[in-house]
Amino acid sequence: MTFIIDALSWVCLMMGCFLGISGAVGIFKFDEFYSRVHAASVTDTLCVFFIMAGLVLQSGFTLVSVKLIFAVVLLWLTSPVASHALIRSAYHTGLKPKLKTSRKESAKRGQS
Amino acid sequence: MSSINLLIDIVLLTMLVFTTIAIVRSRSLFAIVMLSGIYSLLSANIFIILDAVDVAFTEAAVGAGISTVLMLATIGITGYEQKKRRTISWIAPMVVVVITGAVLVYGTLDMPAFTDPSAPIHQHVAPRYINDSPTEVGIPNMVTSVLASYRGYDTMGEVIVVFAAMIGVFSLIGIREKKSEPIHAEPPARPILQVMAKFMIPFIILFALYVQFHGDFGPGGGFQAGVIFSVAIILYTLTFSQQDAMKLVPPWVLKRLASIGVLIYGGTGVVSMLKGGNFLDYSVLAHDPIHGQHYGILIIEFGVGLTVACAMMLIFFAFISRGDKNP
Repeated sequence: MTFIIDALSWVCLMMGCFLGISGAVGIFKFDEFYSRVHAASVTDTLCVFFIMAGLVLQSGFTLVSVKLIFAVVLLWLTSPVASHALIRSAYHTGLKPKLKTSRKESAKRGQS
Repeated sequence: MSSINLLIDIVLLTMLVFTTIAIVRSRSLFAIVMLSGIYSLLSANIFIILDAVDVAFTEAAVGAGISTVLMLATIGITGYEQKKRRTISWIAPMVVVVITGAVLVYGTLDMPAFTDPSAPIHQHVAPRYINDSPTEVGIPNMVTSVLASYRGYDTMGEVIVVFAAMIGVFSLIGIREKKSEPIHAEPPARPILQVMAKFMIPFIILFALYVQFHGDFGPGGGFQAGVIFSVAIILYTLTFSQQDAMKLVPPWVLKRLASIGVLIYGGTGVVSMLKGGNFLDYSVLAHDPIHGQHYGILIIEFGVGLTVACAMMLIFFAFISRGDKNP
């Protein structure tokens, strides 16, 4: 039983690490602000979840687990909103997203 | 275990150095403010590694939290870019820096080595606090008993510094009151942010109160609680509008409350003098010295929290009422 829980928690931790690192790679690799924020924000919610789940499995049924779960809930509520606020203020200050096809062209393509 | 600690230390210190270099080399004030927030967060992590949880908490709340917000409000007035300077010869600054650094290093030569067990602080000050504070003050968090009881003068000085900073900001710029009523657009201007802020603010205030009154038992105290409390109001100001926030907590109330906080702190000292003790000697406040210490610490922490919260909110209002460049 302990082996199964250990294995599960390690799988969770590894997944979390993978997502965190892929988010970091995304921040450096993507060439434009919005896709960078996308890379960071999409990964950080699930990455946090996996790492916290791994830690909860490690610590078992204790007060620490409860605190960790609270932390996950808090981060799930706040970090998407923080990304939203970041993108929103960037868009309102006039930073245009770099699109492969401009908006007019895609609208035309949709009509035809 | 210690090798892992060493590794974490090295990583954190390296990141600190890189952040500092980035701060020095950057020209964008916005980036500099963000980097200094990161710097504070990194040093908070280092304090946690050193087992100084109270200091880490303060650093995270004050350094990374409120001072970043206040700086952002400031560059909202001044603009985001550093002005171009005339390029000057680097020789004279270099000489000054080298001499100052050499003097500082020379000054540390007399100090006992880091973690030297025979250093004076480990000989009589620290053992006295560690051995006697459970019986003299009797609260579990020794940091709070040192901060609020043994070193009550210093903490009072810190509170007065915060209060003086507020007075300074007010005598320099003051708050520009806007007479217009808050506009409540339908649908709201920032729906997601406003809903989330409304959801979060009660929890932030609850957490602030917990930190305030749990400071005797765990990490926390008036400074952190005041900052967290003011962050709730600042969040409200940012997501709704300044008029809304000023209607909620009018500046004239805040000004009086900030002074009342300092008065509570000083008044506790005066009361303990009137009861026959020294200034800020809480043992005489109740029949039992330990109860007196408890009361004293609770009361002065409340004063600290009140002053810090009100001063932070007022400084933020003063800055943000000047510049509306931020969207």
